[in-house]
Amino acid sequence: MIGFQLKRMLKSGWKSLWLHKMRSGLTTLGITFGVCSVIAMLAIGTGASEEAQEQIRRLGSQNIIIQSVKPPEGQSASDTRTARLSEYGLTYKDEVRIRDTVPGVVQTVPARRVRQNIYRESHRLDTDLVGTVPWYAEINNATVLRGRFISRVDMEQKAGVCVLGRKAAEVLFPLGDAVGGTLRQGGLRFQVVGIVTAFQRGEFGGKKLAGDPNSEVYVPLTTMNLYYGPNTMYYAGGTMSAERVELHELTVQLDTRDRVRQAEAVIRQILTEGHSKEDYQIVVPLQLLIQAQKTKRIFSIVLGSIAAISLLVGGIGIMNITLATVMERTREIGIRRAMGAKRKHIIAQFLTETLLLALSGGLLGILLGIATPLVVQKFAGMRTIVTVWSLMLAFGISAAVGVGFGIYPAYRAANMDPIEALRHE
Amino acid sequence: MALAEFRNIWKTYEMGDTLLHALRGISFTLERGEMISIMGPSGSGKSTVLNLLGCLDTPTRGQYFLGGRDVSKLDDDALSEIRAKEIGFIFQSYNLITQLNVIENIEVPLYYQGISEHESYERALDLAEMVGLGHRLGHVPTELSGGERQRVGIARALANSPLIVLADEPTGNLDTKTGGQILDLLTKLNRDGVTMIVVTHDPDIAAITHRTLRLVDGALVQ
Repeated sequence: MIGFQLKRMLKSGWKSLWLHKMRSGLTTLGITFGVCSVIAMLAIGTGASEEAQEQIRRLGSQNIIIQSVKPPEGQSASDTRTARLSEYGLTYKDEVRIRDTVPGVVQTVPARRVRQNIYRESHRLDTDLVGTVPWYAEINNATVLRGRFISRVDMEQKAGVCVLGRKAAEVLFPLGDAVGGTLRQGGLRFQVVGIVTAFQRGEFGGKKLAGDPNSEVYVPLTTMNLYYGPNTMYYAGGTMSAERVELHELTVQLDTRDRVRQAEAVIRQILTEGHSKEDYQIVVPLQLLIQAQKTKRIFSIVLGSIAAISLLVGGIGIMNITLATVMERTREIGIRRAMGAKRKHIIAQFLTETLLLALSGGLLGILLGIATPLVVQKFAGMRTIVTVWSLMLAFGISAAVGVGFGIYPAYRAANMDPIEALRHE
Repeated sequence: MALAEFRNIWKTYEMGDTLLHALRGISFTLERGEMISIMGPSGSGKSTVLNLLGCLDTPTRGQYFLGGRDVSKLDDDALSEIRAKEIGFIFQSYNLITQLNVIENIEVPLYYQGISEHESYERALDLAEMVGLGHRLGHVPTELSGGERQRVGIARALANSPLIVLADEPTGNLDTKTGGQILDLLTKLNRDGVTMIVVTHDPDIAAITHRTLRLVDGALVQ
């Protein structure tokens, strides 16, 4: 019986709500807000976490990245000629030891940085010269746009060649065609053999990974050592200072993820033994990935709770308004009962109204919930992902709220004494 | 067999320690096609009799037979069904649902009987025309005069071809002229075969009915 009258029930329920547009609209606000925030916050959270995880993945979950860290003043090595030569960081010996001792090492990628002003005709670029090996590009997911990267031959010959990051090429060769061009640095000459582009490394778990790869200039490590020698001079704040760093960075690639934990322990041991102070930092992307996933889970739970609370509040709002409506329509309920309505008819009538209220609010919330992340993505540049399951979840919850919070008022209405109700007002 | 019969009906309310008897052992019968009136001062129990006759309430003691069936101890669902199928109510203050228009108001009892949308509409249309409101179908109660509202009430009461129609002071809120028109309509319907009970305090109205039952303090008097 109830099924066959469903269309009529929905029609009259909707008509009833439409009669009090303002009241109905305000009532659904709670649900709308709750649903919108569930979807939007989940979308923003998912997007942010996906982005973070992707960045970490790009660093390589099979990699361990070790960087040299300049120790605070006053802790430099004793082997200094002037008070301002600081000697610290990773050494070739470290690289060899690590390659030979750590189980599962596929390859190690050393890099040394020298900050300089590079010139090409009248154009100047203040950037890091990165002395490294041919497989640096592969491990950092750099794509060669033009020409090629550093080759083994370059390394053997200590050739005076360089590869530009995309932005560096734009600055030094604004009219294009950097390959084949020549760069000057002091008295040194470099010939450009290629242009690369790579993703930014960014900051993870409080540890910053140096460099914007697209603004850097890559040269063979052997060439750099030949041209610059072991010490690099800096002129800063009115004083000359020098540093002696063999390697600024060493990336260790392992064959599988499972090796990473053990490898980190071994590396730490090697470095602790080999260094008198902690002039390095070890970044393990895999750990960061696991951490990021854990954070995402907690974030989702927190967001979920907030959204649940706002939906609860919205549901209470619906219940209150419906209770008031029921009171207002006491006479009507009495009339209907006199006309032959059973209790279940009355329950169905009011439950239909609360369900319609909740679902309308939910639907509006879904639309806003889809629109809001798009707006955020456009204006804040953050990646957002609206998942289908979050829509279904939100919709399901609004329906549940509609029924759950509508039961009590409907029950009250149905259990009114018809005779009293007819006398009312 | 009588259409409706009250057999020694008592209705008692508990007010704290004391018992209040609204009806004391009432018995009467109603034959098919009759139009009887029930008269009495306020507090005499007229409303209680009407509520019991209309299956809105059940007696504390005694039996009520409607259409040969004892309905004194039925549950709420069963009573609701009887109200939907066998009873028609006409109220002093019309009691129309304000959000619904003329046709929709008339349809209400048909809806609770489970009649299809199309069939209800046809029937409601016939009844509206019969009471002279064929031209006012889409109007809501606030747009109708008192007399027109009562006509809707009457049409609604007849919607499911009830066994009995119960009218509680049907002309109480109307002026003399309109009241007269409504009474004419009721008597006409009765002549066409509708069994009716009219509760009233107006002796002129009681005069046009076949029989009058007088109630004083919950008991029938001659």
